Amino acid sequence: MSAAFVTRSTPASRTAAVLGGVALVLLVAAPWWAGRADMRLMGEIYLYMSLACLWNLMSGYAGLVSVGQQAFVGFGGYMLFALTIFGGFHPIAAIIVAGGLGAVLSIPVAALIFRLRGAYFAIGTWVIAEVFRLSFAQVSALGGGSGSSLPVGIIKSLAASRSGREALSYWLALGAAVVVIAAVYLFLRSRRGLALTAIRDSEVAASGLGINIWRTKLEVYVVTSAFTAIIGGLIFLQKLRISPDAAFSVNDWTAFVIFIVVIGGIGTIEGPIIGTIIFFALRETMADFGTIYLMILGLVAIVVMLKAPKGVWGLIRNRFDLEFFPVSYRVQNKPPEKGS
Amino acid sequence: MIEWVGAIVQGTLLGGLYALFAAGLSLIFGVMRLVNIAHGDFIVLSAYLGLSTTLIIGFHPFLALLVVIPVMAGLGYGLQRGVLNRTLGNDILPPLLVTFGLSVIIQNALLEGYSADPQKLNGGAIETASLSLGGLAIGVLPLLTFAIAVAVIAGLQWVFYRTSMGRGFRAVSDNQEIAQLMGLNKAHVFGLAMALALGVSAIAGVLLGVRTSFDPSIGGGRLIFGFEAVIIGGLGNLWGTLVGGVILGVAQTLGAKIDPGWQLLSGHIAFLIVLAIRPNGLFPRVDH
Repeated sequence: MSAAFVTRSTPASRTAAVLGGVALVLLVAAPWWAGRADMRLMGEIYLYMSLACLWNLMSGYAGLVSVGQQAFVGFGGYMLFALTIFGGFHPIAAIIVAGGLGAVLSIPVAALIFRLRGAYFAIGTWVIAEVFRLSFAQVSALGGGSGSSLPVGIIKSLAASRSGREALSYWLALGAAVVVIAAVYLFLRSRRGLALTAIRDSEVAASGLGINIWRTKLEVYVVTSAFTAIIGGLIFLQKLRISPDAAFSVNDWTAFVIFIVVIGGIGTIEGPIIGTIIFFALRETMADFGTIYLMILGLVAIVVMLKAPKGVWGLIRNRFDLEFFPVSYRVQNKPPEKGS
Repeated sequence: MIEWVGAIVQGTLLGGLYALFAAGLSLIFGVMRLVNIAHGDFIVLSAYLGLSTTLIIGFHPFLALLVVIPVMAGLGYGLQRGVLNRTLGNDILPPLLVTFGLSVIIQNALLEGYSADPQKLNGGAIETASLSLGGLAIGVLPLLTFAIAVAVIAGLQWVFYRTSMGRGFRAVSDNQEIAQLMGLNKAHVFGLAMALALGVSAIAGVLLGVRTSFDPSIGGGRLIFGFEAVIIGGLGNLWGTLVGGVILGVAQTLGAKIDPGWQLLSGHIAFLIVLAIRPNGLFPRVDH
């Protein structure tokens, strides 16, 4: 006699966990086996992966489609500079505080732009990013419109040697990606994540089940903004130079992120991760084409949105019924025990 | 004192241009609930089409409208039937992301075709002509732009409420299924609405190009100005949009008067204040 039981993990997810663990160990050891340029590239990949996972949580699950996340990327970057230069903070402490400030700032911002619905919300977030950009351009202590560089003393406070700093910066980026992916995964597995998934599938039905939609969305917006500010701090810790146009660039911090998520698969945890890998593979092979590359990227995103709205991961999942990050529940039949 | 009055007059006239940016955006949102993220890039594309027309045929920019308006309208109809109609539905993501992709494509295609160098349309003597009015010098071009904006909005109102095409727009806007039952082809009606919206963008783009220099990257900024004018004025109200454009323009010129760095910022702040105290805009459409 076989008994049915409910489980979340599958053979595929257990295999993925083991392989992921092995890959993570290898990646942590990268400073001992990878070259300087490779480490820089991998660091950039981790940070984009984090931004993509965060944007996906907000837009793919909570339905808050934003084209203004560069507001918090740039804010985090500027807070790193301001807190280290004027506040005497250690850079890592400054980045963590920047996350807290990002969360605080996101509440009044949300109070304003949550009044806009759907697509108008998206453009509202862009206005906020513009306000941030123009405001930071007015701060002459931070270099005004032309920006400023991180002083040498602060860079040296991270680690004495150049290779030490590069390794630390790499580990920070990797750590951030791991924390963000783990946080998104655990959040979606939790009770609140279930509420969020319900909102993604149908707002009307979700509110009928007693979910406070406004509050759930606000929580997601605040958490996403805080993490995005932290990632922004890490991005500009790698770049060591900041200017309003670079910090609040809609192309760099939003357009690319949206393409990554759409191509990988919006509304899934695996999508942004796969999308980041595809994005960087394309970039490394085609970046010489410059504008043509961006046009192709835009075209691919449009075709994916029209033909396969759940992206590359959606196609794989439908074909093979895979789930590397098990968030759904499955009913399985227990095989009959031997000897009974 | 007279300087401040001058700034307010300049801002009011600038508002006409912003209302033109906004009119197309407002129209397609009203008809099909679509927000076109690429709207600003279509305005910039129109300016470049105007540039090519003046350079190739040797037309004055205003005469180039005879070419640019039909081309943009045709492009709008084709784009709506070929691509955008497939994105419409209950989910807001597809139209948003598809028009976002279009925006990136247009911007980079313009970079590829025309380079990043700023360009300008040569309007000739009208660019510097001005009228003297009680100690104030008022530019003929801004005045003409404002008059065109008023005429375009009056024209759109007339189309909406006095023609059979406008009846189609209102019908699909109210209820798409019943409009289909009444024999309207909603795909075609949406195509016409987009054609009209991009036709208006063509006028806006050429006037923008005669007024200031432009480059492929400025589309996002024009979208934001148009959007702010729509929200300040109130969704679904075209005359409100004109008022919204004027408020935005005046806020910008007054801000610039205080400190040149404050021009754009004060426009955005005016928008955020309206959003904070009147989330539905100053003159929201009353549904009967």
